[in-house]
Formats: sequence, C-alpha cells, structure tokens
Amino acid sequence: MLVVVAVAVLVISAPLRSGRWAGQEPAGVAERADLEAARDAKYAEIRDAEMDFRTGKLSEPDWRALDRQLRREAVGLLHQIDEVP
Amino acid sequence: MALAGFSCLAAALAFCLYGIGASLYGARSGRREYVASGRRAVYALAGTLAVAMAILQAAFVRSDFSFELVATHSSSTTPLFYRLTAVWSSQEGSLLLWVLLLALWSSAILFLTRRKLREVAPYATAVLLGFGAFFCVLLVFLESPFTTLAAPPVEGAGLNPLLRHPSMMIHPPMLYSGYTLFAIPFAFAVGALVTRRLGAEWIRATRPFTLAAWLLLGMGVMLGARWSYMELGWGGYWAWDPVENASLMPWLTGTAFLHSVMIQEKRGMLKVWNVSLVLATGVLAILGTFLVRSGILESIHAFGASTLGIPFLVLIIVMIAGSIALVASRSESLRSEHRLDSLLSREAAFLVNNLVLVALCFVVFWGTFFPLISEALTGEEASVGPPWFNRYITPLALVLVLLSGIGPLIAWRRATTANLRRNFALPGGAAVLMLAVLVIAGVTGSVAALLMFAFATFTLAAVGQELWRGVRARRAMSRDSVPAALVALVRRNRRRYGGYTVHVGIAVLFVGVAASSAFQAQRLVELRPGQTERIGGYAITYERPTSRLVAASNGRLERIDLGARLRVLRGDGPPQTLETYKSYFPSTSPGLGPVSRFFEGEATTEVALRAGLRRDLWTAVAPDIGRLLPRIEEGDKVFSEATELSDEDRGALLAQALRGLSRSYTDSPPPATFRLIASPLVTWIWLGGLIVLAGAAIALWPAGARARQPATAAGLARVARELERA
Amino acid sequence: MDPSRKRKTRLVVALTCALLLAVALAYTSFSASSEARQPSQLASAEPGKTYQLTGKVAAGSWDHTGTTHTFRIEDRKGGGASVPVRYVGQVPDPFREGREIVIDVRRQGSTFEGQPDSLVTKCPSKFSAEPKT
Repeated sequence: MLVVVAVAVLVISAPLRSGRWAGQEPAGVAERADLEAARDAKYAEIRDAEMDFRTGKLSEPDWRALDRQLRREAVGLLHQIDEVP
Repeated sequence: MALAGFSCLAAALAFCLYGIGASLYGARSGRREYVASGRRAVYALAGTLAVAMAILQAAFVRSDFSFELVATHSSSTTPLFYRLTAVWSSQEGSLLLWVLLLALWSSAILFLTRRKLREVAPYATAVLLGFGAFFCVLLVFLESPFTTLAAPPVEGAGLNPLLRHPSMMIHPPMLYSGYTLFAIPFAFAVGALVTRRLGAEWIRATRPFTLAAWLLLGMGVMLGARWSYMELGWGGYWAWDPVENASLMPWLTGTAFLHSVMIQEKRGMLKVWNVSLVLATGVLAILGTFLVRSGILESIHAFGASTLGIPFLVLIIVMIAGSIALVASRSESLRSEHRLDSLLSREAAFLVNNLVLVALCFVVFWGTFFPLISEALTGEEASVGPPWFNRYITPLALVLVLLSGIGPLIAWRRATTANLRRNFALPGGAAVLMLAVLVIAGVTGSVAALLMFAFATFTLAAVGQELWRGVRARRAMSRDSVPAALVALVRRNRRRYGGYTVHVGIAVLFVGVAASSAFQAQRLVELRPGQTERIGGYAITYERPTSRLVAASNGRLERIDLGARLRVLRGDGPPQTLETYKSYFPSTSPGLGPVSRFFEGEATTEVALRAGLRRDLWTAVAPDIGRLLPRIEEGDKVFSEATELSDEDRGALLAQALRGLSRSYTDSPPPATFRLIASPLVTWIWLGGLIVLAGAAIALWPAGARARQPATAAGLARVARELERA
Repeated sequence: MDPSRKRKTRLVVALTCALLLAVALAYTSFSASSEARQPSQLASAEPGKTYQLTGKVAAGSWDHTGTTHTFRIEDRKGGGASVPVRYVGQVPDPFREGREIVIDVRRQGSTFEGQPDSLVTKCPSKFSAEPKT
C-alpha cells in the first residue's frame, strides 16, 4: 500500500521535476479554440439547414437565403481565426 | 488490511487538497507544470481510491468479519455476486463508490482535454477535487468503511434480502455515475465563468460527458422503477417517494440543458439560462445524494438520520451561493449575441420544451420538500401524495410528448409556414385517426390516457416521416439501397437521429405509463386452494401451496420458501402456471429460538409475473403463517430443552423440524392472501427505456476523425470545399 | 408592434403563466396535503381528517386475521402514547414489530383506520436510527 502512495506521489510530482511543462501558455490559444469550436458548430448548422431543406422543412428560396447567410457567418469566423496570433 | 485501506483514504484526501492548491496556483501564475501536477493528482486520487475499494471488496469476498462493514452487511451464505455488491448497500461503502466514480470520470475528462481548455481546466480540476475532498473528509473522519471489530462475530448479519436483485445492485453504480458525471459540466461551467471563457469550447468538450451523465442517471432511475415493480410487494413502479424524486430532478434539468445548449451553440443565446441550468443540475445531483442519507424527509429509502446531514447542507449552500455570485458577476460575458428569429422555429420549440421541463422539476421539487415548506410556513408538517403529483405531472408530460414530435418537424431558425403545414399533415392525421380508433373501440376511461396515445402516435409518425424523407433525400444523391441509406443517414447525423430515437423511446415509455396507470385492474383477495378469482380477463386458480427449504452454497440453510402455485387461463389460450412465494430469512438476533428465528427475520416476496407485449399479470402471495405458530413455539421449546445434543445433531434435528414445518403448511394450508394486478402495456415502459438507451448511444458514438482544416486562404469556395470533406 | 415590445410582452406572458402555475401548485398542495403526526400528537385528531402517522410498531401488538391487521403505533423515540390502528390489506414484507412505518390514518371512534395501500415500512435501518455520536 505504501507502494501505491509512492507511485502516486511520483506521478503527481513528475511535471514539477521534469522541464517539459515549463513556460507560459502562448497567448490566444483559448480564443482560437473557442473560435474553432464556433466554426465547427457553424459548419454543422450549414449541414443541418441543408438537411432541413432536403426533408421538406424549408422551401428552396428560404434555404438558399439561410445558406448564404450561414456561409457568410462562417467566413467571418474563419477571418477571425486567421487574425488570432 | 483495514489500516491499509484507511491510509489509502487519508492519502486520497491529501492528494485532493494538494491538487486543489496546485491547480489554482498554476492557473493564477500561468505555470503549466503545476496545472499538470494538479491534473495528475486526480489520476492519483482515482488510483488510491480504486485500491481502497479493492481492499474493501476483498474483505467482503472472503467474508472477513473483522471489518465492521462486512459483519453488518454480508454473511457467509450470501452468494458471491451479492457479496461484491453489498459494499455499496451501506452508507460508508456507497460514499466510497461515489467518490471513486467521481475520480474515474474526472480523470477521463481531464485526460481527454489535457491539451485543450488550458484556461478553464485548472479551475474545473479544483472544483472536482473540491468535491473529492468533501467526500474524503466524510470517509476519513465521519463514516469510515474500514472500522474493525475487536471481536469479529462468527456469522455476518447478511445482506437485506430486499436487495437481492441484479437490478438493485447495478442501480447504485449507475445512479452515482449519473450524479458524478453531472459534476463535470458543473465544474467546467464554474471554470468557464471564473475565466470568462464562455464560448463554445467548454460546451463541446463536456458534451459527451453531459450526455453520458444523462443516460446513466436515466437508466439508474429506470432500473429503480423496474426493481420496485418486480421485487416489492405493491406492484407499482413509481411512488413519488422523495428518494425517487431526488434522482429525477437533476435528470429533468439535465434534459433541458441538453436541448437549450444547442441553441447557445447555434445562436449564442440563452447563455445565462444554460449556465444556470447546468449549475442547478449539479446542485440537484448533490441534493439527491444528500436526501437519501439525511433522514430529513420521510421516505421508504431513508438511510436513517445520520451525522451527514449538516455537512451536505453546507456544501449545497456553498454551491448555490457560489453559483449565483458567479453568474451575477459575469453577466457581461453572458449577454446573448442574437435573439430568437421566429416563434416557428426549432429554437422556439426547444424553449417551450425547457419551460415544461423546468416546470416539471419545480413540481417535483415542491411536492418533495413540501413537508419542510409547510412546517416553515405553518408550523405543521404536512405531505402530499401521488394524486397531487399526478395532477400536475400529467398535463406537463402530455405537452412534453407532443413537443417531442413537433421538434423534429420544424426547421431551425425560421420554418417556411407552407412547408410546416404540409409536414404536420401526416403525423397530425395519424394522431387524429388513432384517437378515433380508440374512441370507437371503447377505450374511453381516461381522457389523459387517450390524449397521451394520440400525442405519442403523433411523435412516432413524425419521426417516421423524418426518417423516410431523410432516406429519400440521401438516395436521391447516392443511389444507396434503403438500408444502406438509412445507416449512412444516421451515421452522418448522429446527434439528430440519436435524438429522434430518444424521442421515440420517450413516447413509447409514456404510452406504457398512461395505459398501465389508467387501465389497471387490481385486487386483494383471500383464496383457499381450488378457488378461482377473475381479473382483467384472466381466471386465476390457486392450485396448491408450495414449500421449500433452500440451502446456501456453504451448506447452511439460507431460507424457507412458502408459496402458491397458480393456474392462469385467459380466453381460449392454454393454461399457464405461475409460482409466487415468500422467502423467510433467519434473523441473527440473539435470544430467538432456533425455529422461530426463521420467521422473525427478513421476508421477501417473489412476485410471479407473466409479462407480455400487451399486458402484464402480476401476482404476489402472502402466506398466513399464523397457523404454524404453535408448531414453531413447540419446536423452540424442544430445542431449548435438548441441551446435550452435539452441534451436528442439532443441525440435523433442526433441518428435520423445519422440513416438518414446511410440510405441515402444504398439508393443511390456511387461506392465503393474494394481490393480483392486470395492467396493460407495462412492458412498453421498459421497451421505451431501451429505445432511449439506443438513441443516446447513437448520439454518443464518436464521429470518425475529421481532417483538421488548415487555416489559410479565405473565401466562400474554401468553405464549400471544407464542407464536402466533412 | 416593434420587436423589442413583442419580446417584452412574450416575457410578461411567460412570467404570468409561471406565476399562475406556482400559485395553483402552492394552493392545492396545502389543501391536498395530509398533516404528519406522531402518535403522541394524535390526541387532538379530528375525525374524518386524514393524517400521515409515523411511528414504531409497538412490540406484541400486531394481530391479524386474513387481511385485517390491528397493531399499536408508538412514538419513534419510544415510550409515551401509543395509538391503535386497524388496517385492511397486505402489509409490506419488511413490516415487523419494532419497525418504523408511515401510514395514512383517519380517526374512527377510539381507533384509527388505515387508508388502503398507504402503509409503508421503512427499509429496516442497516445503520442505527440514532445519530452516531
């Protein structure tokens, strides 16, 4: 049982002893992750809109308008991602 | 060994405290090595708790009665499976299971997100370890599972026979997994609020865990209901008991959250609502864990008044106060980005769905805590029963089932009105048709049930129509066969079709609930052998009494079964046989005669159930052992006077006496009391539950690895290309 | 109507509905509830009113013929008053003298009539009912 505790202590202190984790987090990583998640959600929305059209929930003109708008929003997100350092 | 187990717990507590410190320090100072170390503290916690659990399990398996827990909850005659699961039939063991599961799931999510959510994760780690520390403190200082007895007894008290059912033993791990998994989105929500990182990333990362929590908690609730129906002597599956309600409430808010979070992903709306929902779900999960063991409410399940009430109450108050403070102080970051486009949209349907679910939760909450509320307001403690609950739950449930059919039919953002009318035609027509058919067939006993059948038909038709149209759309593009198209359709839209499947399951489940509640026939009768009782189209004859002595695996006598054999006839069908009996387990209290001790211990009823797709026949017998009392007393007297017998001789004589006793029951049986219940469509409840399980599994199934998109040139063309590849 | 006013009216309507539901809930819960009493508190019981009785089954008091059971319930903490209860039906499996039960009763002269199917026996405490000190 002492063995267990010793192993655990080793595991826990490993990051403090090795130099691998040292250093600060580069700026912008979290922002980029949020934007990428938003972008993926937007892609899903575009596909969902197409599904809605193909299963007859949206008329074609309505769908085309929505699709255009969603793609515009997606491009906006992609631009924002590009701007993150 | 007990000392080793206890030291594991102490070490676990130390790891929790260290991890909280390291994570918070690492987050504030930006030093990643401390964050990583804090994360590893969670892994270490899981490891040490697993070892502690293993030590406890080993003690149960080898029936080591020096462990107080083993002596009071198990015995050498308990079968191995139940010896293993007896660990969590106790307060201490169940706490250990809870915190072990918390550590395991926390390790899983922290491992999976180790390279993501760098700002939020340390705070989430601290929150999760905070829960861990709380439970470890309870285990180390208040309710240790590793207390030993100076003089271990020869035989243990045995597991409460009521718990000897496979469902009942899987039910706690499932429920606790549900509760602990809900702690994860709670923790990450807190982290997101603290760091003001309230974008889409934390939701996406925690979604599989939220869905898993919802699934496991739901299954836990289902298993409890099934156990109640099949094992207890009252033949019902839901009693609105505080402990049942406690597990239902977080599930209701969790369901609401799973829906409304989709709105946040798409439109950046409802951030305050969502974050409040997930925080409320976490609080309700802890509240559920607390209710069962606090004794503050009268319940069949209460673990008994214990010293744990106050600590839990403090934790809950801290959670509520902290959540409110956090949300209020981050209201800037929680502002909605958009507004609702149209009331004719799936978003609007989800909003109504959320309101209904929260209303349901509020009704359950009010009814459950009413004894405390009324005491606070009027000084008198009063309680409300199932009729009050049903009065409010029924209309809300009806709306919920109807919505689960409307949702799939309506488009996101803004539906085209003409199309909407067309989409409603078939399901609406099917519902009206079903209503007409049922009314003509004379099924008019209950308006609520009729409406439920109609709404469920609507939902089933709606989902069917969606599947059909989806398959047709796919085949128009790909020339797949129908089955292949269906598989491909579901595979590419897992969340959508998984969700539709869950809706089908819910509709089926509520049909079962409505039918079995509204059209049940129940009777309590006293029958002599040979007598027949008619109920719900069945003719049930008490053929003859049965009796049996059952030995445990180690040769000792485990229990005496006294029961009845019933012959069941329905219409022209062949006669079927049902056997129901009551098992009498010996008590271990000192001072009882060797014969009478068998009838002073626990007794359980074995229900004889003829379950079918259309109806269930549920029967339970309560033998009248009053007639046997003189013989029992005589047996005791004989044994108390025969003091020169050896142990072996005593054993043999006892067996003989008990055999004689059971034979006298069958030779001249007194009339026995039977509870007979014929209810339609009960099986649909369990089937509905399985369909929900399948739907959640579909939604949970990980999508194949998608190629990471390089972020280079802009343009609509690029978006189109990336969509093709997705 | 401009959009923001439409939204405000929607909000007001929703909140009013919620408030109405809450009031209905509260009102009916008070009228539909049954007071929880212990045996020592039943001396002032009014006939015709249902009470939720919690207590222990007094030792040596349980008698039954067929489905008619009579027993006495005493206070959880023991000693003091005990009330006679008559119950027609099947008692749950864990029902035993000395166990805690919950039952809805109505006064009938000098005894209390248990309402059908309202008898609940608490799962026999695997840990003592007394708080551990």
